[in-house]
Amino acid sequence: MDEHRDRSGDKMLKSSAAFKTFLMKNSQKSNMNLYDHLTRLLLKVMDEQPNDAVDIFEDLSYDVKRGLFEDTKNRLRDLPHTTLAELLAEQQRLLFTQQEDTEHEDELVESPLPNINEIGFYLEQAGVGLGREEMQRIFLALKQLVDSQPLILHCRLWGKILGTQSNYIVAEVEFKDWDNENEKSDQAAEEEQNEARESEENEMDQLPQSTYKPPPVVPKEPMGTGSNKNVYYVCKEPGLPWVKLPSVTPAQITVARQIRKFFTGRLDSPIKSYPPFPGNEANYLRAQIARISAGTHVSPQGFFHVGEEEGEEEDEAPRDSYEVNPDFDGVPVSEMVLSLSMWVHHVQHILKQGRCSWINLAVKPEEDQNEEGEAEETEEEPDEPEPEVGPPLLTPLSQDAEMFNTPPWSTKISSTLTSQHAVAVLRSNLWPGAYAYACGKKFENIYIGWGLKYTGQGYSPPLPPPPQKEYPSEPEVTEALDPTVEEEQVLEDALEEQQAAPEEMENTDEEEEEEEEQELDND
Amino acid sequence: MDADSLHYSLELVAGSGNILNTEHRTALQTSLLILRKNYKFNRVLFWGKIMGIKEDYFIAQGRGDDELKDKKNLYSFNCMDWFLLPPATIPMIEEVSKAATGRFMGDASHVYENTILKKVGDEDEVEEELVKTTEEHRLAVTIHLIDDESSVIPRGAFIKNPHGFVQVNRCFEGLTESQAAKLDSFLHFRDPKTLKKKSLLELSELNQTIDFLDLLTDDVPKGMWSLQFENANKVLILRCLLWLGMTFYHVPMTPQHGYIYIGDGVRNLDLSFML
Repeated sequence: MDEHRDRSGDKMLKSSAAFKTFLMKNSQKSNMNLYDHLTRLLLKVMDEQPNDAVDIFEDLSYDVKRGLFEDTKNRLRDLPHTTLAELLAEQQRLLFTQQEDTEHEDELVESPLPNINEIGFYLEQAGVGLGREEMQRIFLALKQLVDSQPLILHCRLWGKILGTQSNYIVAEVEFKDWDNENEKSDQAAEEEQNEARESEENEMDQLPQSTYKPPPVVPKEPMGTGSNKNVYYVCKEPGLPWVKLPSVTPAQITVARQIRKFFTGRLDSPIKSYPPFPGNEANYLRAQIARISAGTHVSPQGFFHVGEEEGEEEDEAPRDSYEVNPDFDGVPVSEMVLSLSMWVHHVQHILKQGRCSWINLAVKPEEDQNEEGEAEETEEEPDEPEPEVGPPLLTPLSQDAEMFNTPPWSTKISSTLTSQHAVAVLRSNLWPGAYAYACGKKFENIYIGWGLKYTGQGYSPPLPPPPQKEYPSEPEVTEALDPTVEEEQVLEDALEEQQAAPEEMENTDEEEEEEEEQELDND
Repeated sequence: MDADSLHYSLELVAGSGNILNTEHRTALQTSLLILRKNYKFNRVLFWGKIMGIKEDYFIAQGRGDDELKDKKNLYSFNCMDWFLLPPATIPMIEEVSKAATGRFMGDASHVYENTILKKVGDEDEVEEELVKTTEEHRLAVTIHLIDDESSVIPRGAFIKNPHGFVQVNRCFEGLTESQAAKLDSFLHFRDPKTLKKKSLLELSELNQTIDFLDLLTDDVPKGMWSLQFENANKVLILRCLLWLGMTFYHVPMTPQHGYIYIGDGVRNLDLSFML
């Protein structure tokens, strides 16, 4: 009996050993075996003691298998991406640093920094603006600008010009006294360029000079007057450094009036247009800013008045300066909305020439001084160009001309429900994006837009000029028909006859000489 | 932009320069809810503002079951009293394109007149035809054209369900920043026009539920859209240069997106000169 049991026990042991070996055979695919897997699985069930283990048995099995893959994990980790927002935030952090060396006396002195928070509030009432946080950032950026430039008299947020790739935030600054250093550096640069050109010409052989004389260049206005009265700084985002725009020349303004281009957002990009713009995007931007300021900067009537010292000025010289009127009481908002004559322009109009004050180019300053008397007389002749006159400073808006069947301005009151505390809003229809508000004694202008004027239905670029004459027509250069064979024959015959006649004369002369020689020889 | 998210999304598009008065914003919040209830819209959007010489129009749009086709436009002067605009039909579009020139007046009953010279038959006789249209029709047609040519959605924001209805995709979590910086992640929200012209190879890569609309990159001229990051580089702004004033915003990695038109309702015909 025992033997029987032993034999069956042995058999069982053998079969169980065989089965165990079978279980421990590694799978060809995954190099794991069932025996180890089941061990780990049961250990996991023992550790975790899940409820209803039999229902989630398959999931447990998957989990164990998945857990084996941890060792082959990649040691490389992804670099955290710096987003664009994070990059800008680093730069904008500087906006919020407070300078520790500011003296407290500065608080008593009038700061050229405008109160952007207040302006932003009124503009919001008018329906214009850039959002509260953006205005706050611009406020801090303006403060940085004012702190970095010591000679600022006034500083203003002029507005924002949108571009296709990025935008410009523009600040208008008026300096206390004009550094002539800037002008000198510009002149020095020009002189260097001229010298370079001349030296090049001397080295090469002189090429034939063309007789084309370009029309005289209108000189730009000196800094501090006319369209160059203020200096403009731009930046892409508040927090990035402010870049100063160059001063504007009349040629740039005249071409800017004829072209229509979007801004790209990069100051050095070229402007490809017809007529070709003399400059790059920085100059075009400055020209448009000058035009917009001249066309849309308005103030309530009475806020500014012409200085009283200049009461005896001649009628010819245009008024180009104004002062804040200390007796200004403020005009009620309802009046400002109803009539356009309560608003006046306080920036000089830009004449057709491209400047605010007219210059007569026909008079050559190099001529003798004796001719000065004549020059004055010639101004009155109709052949000489007539002086261009624009509307004088501080003209009311009711005298603005209507273009393309639209009135140039639209007025609105900011709220009809609470009109006691409302703000009068003025919107330009010629320069979409130009707004002005007035409330009591406060007013402000701003421009937020693409920097383009409204041109009616469509823009048609100017046609190219007629082609120039290549050369003056002289008989040497004009073509003539070649003579035909008969004509040539006739001419030859005539020539032969002519030659025959003097030849006979010569022959007879020669014969006479020969005879004389012979006679002499003979003698 | 959705009426529910109006109070914060207006700040996001403020980079274009036009924002709404606090008074108008609160009036809109109230009146748009009432509008939704009265007209039984699924969603009400504040579409934008068209500025006229004397008055500005505030435009709202209500959407029904199919976002692409069930659209109704309404206008108001004071954000409180809304008037329904007629849907823009093709004869209306033709009439407006012949008659209306210049800017919007601001008066809904203003009549535009234009005399057109038409040739009669083969002879050289020229006949004058007087075409008239009202400002209301012009408004309806302008809104339809602006939607047709410049309304934008990010890819994946709307899906087409098996019935063919276009609906808001509730699982849309926003584009990543790198995806948002590329113009080809954005689609026109209108009946597709250029999609049918694509080759089979291109069509095979598209996902039928979300790629059933035209891409913005298929627009001519190429530079028509200006893509920028604004507001301290947090919001992606797309500005249309054909309809100046159309602004689309999207905050990457969030489902917030929308568009608004604030402008004078005139197409920029000089685009080719300006680029």
